[in-house]
Amino acid sequence: MTLLEGKDLTMVFGGLAALDSVDININKGEILSLIGPNGAGKTTLFNLLTGVYSPTRGSICFKQREIKNLKPYDITKMGIARTFQNIRLFGEMSVLDNVIIGQHCRTNTGVFGAIFRGPATRKEEKKVRDRAMDILNFVGLAGEAGEKAKNLPYGKQRRLEMARALATDPDLILLDEPAAGMNPQETNELINLIDKINDMGKTVLLIEHDMKLVMGISQRIMVLDYGKKIADGPPEKVRNDEKVIKAYLGDRAGKEVRAC
Amino acid sequence: MVIGINIILAVSLNLVSGFTGQLSLGHATFMGIGAYTATLFALKLHVPFLVALIIGAATAAFFGFIIGVPTLRLKGDYLAIATLGFGEIMRNILLNLKITGGPMGLRGIPKITNIYIVAAAVILVIFSLNRIMNSRVGKSFIAIREDELAAEAMGINTTNFKILAFAIGAFYAGIAGGLFAFLFRYINPNNFGFMKSIEILCMVVLGGMGNTSGAVLGATILTILPEFLRSVSPVISQYRMVFYGILLVVMMIVRPQGLLSDTSFDFLKSSVFGKIKVKKIAEKGGQ
Repeated sequence: MTLLEGKDLTMVFGGLAALDSVDININKGEILSLIGPNGAGKTTLFNLLTGVYSPTRGSICFKQREIKNLKPYDITKMGIARTFQNIRLFGEMSVLDNVIIGQHCRTNTGVFGAIFRGPATRKEEKKVRDRAMDILNFVGLAGEAGEKAKNLPYGKQRRLEMARALATDPDLILLDEPAAGMNPQETNELINLIDKINDMGKTVLLIEHDMKLVMGISQRIMVLDYGKKIADGPPEKVRNDEKVIKAYLGDRAGKEVRAC
Repeated sequence: MVIGINIILAVSLNLVSGFTGQLSLGHATFMGIGAYTATLFALKLHVPFLVALIIGAATAAFFGFIIGVPTLRLKGDYLAIATLGFGEIMRNILLNLKITGGPMGLRGIPKITNIYIVAAAVILVIFSLNRIMNSRVGKSFIAIREDELAAEAMGINTTNFKILAFAIGAFYAGIAGGLFAFLFRYINPNNFGFMKSIEILCMVVLGGMGNTSGAVLGATILTILPEFLRSVSPVISQYRMVFYGILLVVMMIVRPQGLLSDTSFDFLKSSVFGKIKVKKIAEKGGQ
C-alpha cells in the first residue's frame, strides 16, 4: 500500500533545478533509502516532503491527501517526522525536554491551562513525561534524561534527534544521514535502532552515504543524480546498475582519456 | 515601587527576547498603551482601578497581537527595527491625539498604586510566568529560540507562538504601565519612548537573557544604581549617568551572558529537584 506518493517533483532555485521531475513512492512499512552523490537533491527532496519548501512543480500525496502547500508543523501533525543532516537539537534544553517538545503536536495545554494547572493539565504533563521516558529508554538515552542536549556526545545527539522525531508519533520517519560521523560500532547500534523503529510499524525513508548501512537494511533503494532519479529498486539490482556505478565512480572511458 | 514596576517590565521583555529569542526594541510602547488605556478608563469612565488596570493590560496585549502578526515573520535585526518603528508610530499617535492630551499628557490621575499592590502584581506576574515557562507553551517558546526550523518540524506553529509570546509580554508590560500611571499621577508620551525600551532591554541583558531571576536582579540594580550614585556625593551625582554607562560597558566585556545566566534561584530549584525527579522517573521507566 502506498503511504506517500510524489509525482513530477521539481524544485528550481534561481536557474538551477535541484530536483527535476522526480517521482517517489513510499510503501507502508518499508525501509527506503535515498542515495546519490553530494548535491544530487536528496535533502531538497526531504525539504519538499516536510514542507520546508513548496515544490516548483508536482504533487505530494500523503495518506491520500495533497500536502505540498501545507506548513511543516501541519505535515508533522499528519504523521511525517524528520531528523536533520546537521544536528538541530534544542541545545540549552534537557534531553527529556527535547523529547517532550516532540510531543507538542499531540498535546494541547494552552496559556490558561499552564497558569492554573488544573487536573487535565497535570494529567497531560504526566502522560507526556512518561511517554518521553519510554522513548528515551527505547533509544537508550534514559540515563541522560536530565543532561543538557548540547552536552551529549555526537552519537547520542543523533539518537536524541531520532527520539525527538519518534515523539511526534509519525507514520513516516525521514532520517537525513543518521550515520554521518559515526564509528563502526555506533553505526551497528544505529542499524539495530532503525530496524526496531521499522518493527514498530513505522515507515522509514533514509538518506545515507554509508553503503554498509544502506545495503544492510534497505528493502528498496532510490538513486538521485543531478536532480534526476536514475535508479529505483531492491539493493542487489541497484548495486549492479550501470547508471548508478557511473554516477558514483565516473565514466570508465572518460577516465582513460584523462589518464592519457 | 519603581523597582517593582521595572521588574515586571524586565521579566516581560525577557519572555519575548530572552526566552523566545525575538529582539524587541519597542517594549515601553506596550507599557504606554497600558498606562494610557487604564488612565483614560479610570478618568473618563470612572472604572475602578483594578478593572482599569486589566483593561489597560488587555489592550496592550491586543496591540501586541496586532503588531506581532506582520512583524514576527521578520527575524533578528529586522524585527528589532520594525518594533522600533512601531514604538515611534505609537508615540506620535499619543502626541497628536486629543483624548491623550497630546504632548501635555494626562494629569490628575489619582494615586492608588502602593507598595502592596506593586508587590502583589510582581508576585502574580512572576508566578504565572514561571507556570507558563514550565509548561508546553513555555517549552515551545524556548524551542523557537533554540532552533526555529527544528521547532517547526516538531509541529510547533512558530508564528503563532511568537505572537503569543509577544501578546503575553505586552499584557504584563501593560500592567506595569497602569501601575506607573497611578503611581506618578501624570503621564506623557515621552515616558514610554525609545529610551525606556532600551532601559528595559539593558536590565534584561545585564541580568542575563532567558532567566527570570536575572531580569529581576537586572531591574533592581539598574533602578537603584542611579539613585544610589546621586546620594553618594555631589561630584559623583553629577557624573552618575557616566558610571551607569561604564557599568554597562564593563559588564558586557567581563560577563556578556549577564549576571545570572546559568546560576539562578530557578536553576537551583530545577537542577536539584529536577534531577531527583528525572532520576525517579528513569528508575521507574527502567524497571
